[in-house]
Amino acid sequence: MGGVHPEENKISTAAAIEEFPLPKTAVILMNQHLGAPATPCVAKGDKVKVGQLVGKAEAFMCANVHSPFSGTVAKIDTCKDAFGLAKPAIYINVEGDEWEESIDRTPDIVKECTLEPKEIVDKLKAMGVVGLGGATFPTHIKYSVPPDKKAEYLIINAVECEPYLTSDHRVMMEHAEEICIGVSILRKCLGVPKAYIGIENNKPEPIAVMTDMAAKFEGIVVEPLKVKYPQGAEKQLINAITGRRVPSGKLPIDVGCVVSNVGTAYAVYEAIQKNKPLIENILTVTGKKLEKQHNYHVRFGTTYNDLIAHSMGSLPETTGKVISGGPMMGKAVSNLDAPTTKGASSLLVIDEGEAVRAEESNCIRCGKCMNACPMGLEPYLFSALVKNHRIEEAGAHNILDCIECGCCFFSCPANKPLLDEIRLGKNLYRGILMAKKK
Amino acid sequence: MTEILSAVLVLSITGAIFAVVLYFVAQKFKVIEDPLIDVVAEALPGANCGGCGKAGCRAMAEAFVKQGNMDGLSCPAGGAEVAKKIAEILGCTPEEKEPQVAVVRCNGSCANATAKTKYDGMRDCTFANSLYSGESGCAFGCLGLGNCAKACQFDALSLDPETGLPVVNEEKCVACGACVKACPRGIIELRNKGKNNRRVFVACRNKEKGADARKSCSAACIGCGKCAKTCPFGAITVENNVAYIDFNVCKLCRKCVAECPTGAIHAVNFPPKPAAAPTPAPADETGSNPKNE
Repeated sequence: MGGVHPEENKISTAAAIEEFPLPKTAVILMNQHLGAPATPCVAKGDKVKVGQLVGKAEAFMCANVHSPFSGTVAKIDTCKDAFGLAKPAIYINVEGDEWEESIDRTPDIVKECTLEPKEIVDKLKAMGVVGLGGATFPTHIKYSVPPDKKAEYLIINAVECEPYLTSDHRVMMEHAEEICIGVSILRKCLGVPKAYIGIENNKPEPIAVMTDMAAKFEGIVVEPLKVKYPQGAEKQLINAITGRRVPSGKLPIDVGCVVSNVGTAYAVYEAIQKNKPLIENILTVTGKKLEKQHNYHVRFGTTYNDLIAHSMGSLPETTGKVISGGPMMGKAVSNLDAPTTKGASSLLVIDEGEAVRAEESNCIRCGKCMNACPMGLEPYLFSALVKNHRIEEAGAHNILDCIECGCCFFSCPANKPLLDEIRLGKNLYRGILMAKKK
Repeated sequence: MTEILSAVLVLSITGAIFAVVLYFVAQKFKVIEDPLIDVVAEALPGANCGGCGKAGCRAMAEAFVKQGNMDGLSCPAGGAEVAKKIAEILGCTPEEKEPQVAVVRCNGSCANATAKTKYDGMRDCTFANSLYSGESGCAFGCLGLGNCAKACQFDALSLDPETGLPVVNEEKCVACGACVKACPRGIIELRNKGKNNRRVFVACRNKEKGADARKSCSAACIGCGKCAKTCPFGAITVENNVAYIDFNVCKLCRKCVAECPTGAIHAVNFPPKPAAAPTPAPADETGSNPKNE
């Protein structure tokens, strides 16, 4: 149902993953995941090593934060994130690159995993692993399936339907075996017979590599999928692979599915087999006007300015926007001094001409937004309701089902900021629901 | 002939039956409304601004009549005049209330808080506030998208195209508080109009540390506390790196205005060169600036 075909622009597919050099100073945000921020457990002046726990998860919906750098804690304060909002953070003066002894840094691949499912979940929690598909949902919570529900399918999301992004593409090309081990661990953790890796048909090389590798493992199937945005959205992916639909207001586990990103599977491998906490991810630095495209292993805490300085010197003069994430669902970065976080998957430089929003005109009731909506919603209706402050009616039309993919906005011939209006409506409706609960 | 007769007969009988049924239904579901409600509703401004906290003027009139007096109820839009009229109707004494006016507590104009980024999303403050800090980088300042102006039913608020900040028309403002509710950042406050319409207030809400606040805006309150030390009446408190002047305590001496290093404290509607004031404020940008009022 629905979907659009934006220009793919995957211009950085050929760029192999490079190690990003260590910065001189780094800032580690305490809320790099969905939920409550972690509590700093180091003090000013403390020496820290790479992989040392610096932020402890105390709330239920929270994840541990480990230091990606070795050095001295300069201060514990707040730091403005990529959107200019102050968040609790630990500042570190980077000195050398000294790792925790427990972390296995050898290139050897460790295949055997003897841990029990419960131990796997505990280890994922200790290692601060979160979903790397963008939502940064703590992985240990996702894999603690409530006793009244049963997982039947494990789905690995390697669709990467967002234009420009190539980090998943590269990780499959370079770390196929590790991913398959990670998937096997997750499969064991859930106790499901089969795991499906969904990849869009526009990535023939990763499909070939992954299919060859999956053949060597038990219970891993690679599913090539139709090219269509948002094929990689959780509910759309579940539908494409299992034919099941997640009902409104329900979670994937309610239809027996657990979905994780391919990057998460790699992080799981590193956390479980190599004792390496989540301290870095693969980040695409791309843009049509850039001379060179890059895919980097970036330790989070590195600032966007560091990324720009190392990869391109300075931003091209005609830069219109710098986006963290893809052009469809990513957010424009307003503060380049901000550090990257666990959720950052790319730094996308969009040119002035591309970044301009066309002038808005009136809705002509063409219904293109309805056809494009992968959730079967009525974006034009939400737009009118939200503008007229009829938020509860919008709620009754399931505004909270919106996955914010942006297909409606993309397809609107009147250039109405439909997604903005829906996001506002969702925020206001959540506020109404919260007030009612009290 | 018989056809006509039977038709008349049948219709008359059904008519009579329905009349009886309707009579009893009307008796059963009769709504007794105090005729006074209409009279009170007539006296209210009829703008349905919601400033009183009720659903509209009619609901307010019902509340007045039900209570029988004016204790705790007041129509901010109508002011003293309407209060007097309603008091007459209800036969009670109106509550004395200091007249108030909406005050914009941000001086992050285009010149003071230069834009570091450009926002091109939906023109709505609540939405922009949920996304990021704002064009200047100040997460506490005015976003300049005009939710307050849209909320004002009395045409008393408009955005100054030069400064990008909302301007309150003191004559038209009835202090209904609609703009206060509309602002997602709590910048607008209802303050007492003050003697001779003169007011002194801190035009900043930035809770960041001084250096950080100054990075995004040159007119930000840096929480240095000089004003609080200077104030002979103890009207100023500094909390979370931002000063606040209690309008119930402030005696309008303006010592704080002269002391403020960033010009964050505004004094409005004072004569340009105060001759009788105890400490004359220096005639620089920290002085009266009616544009921001």
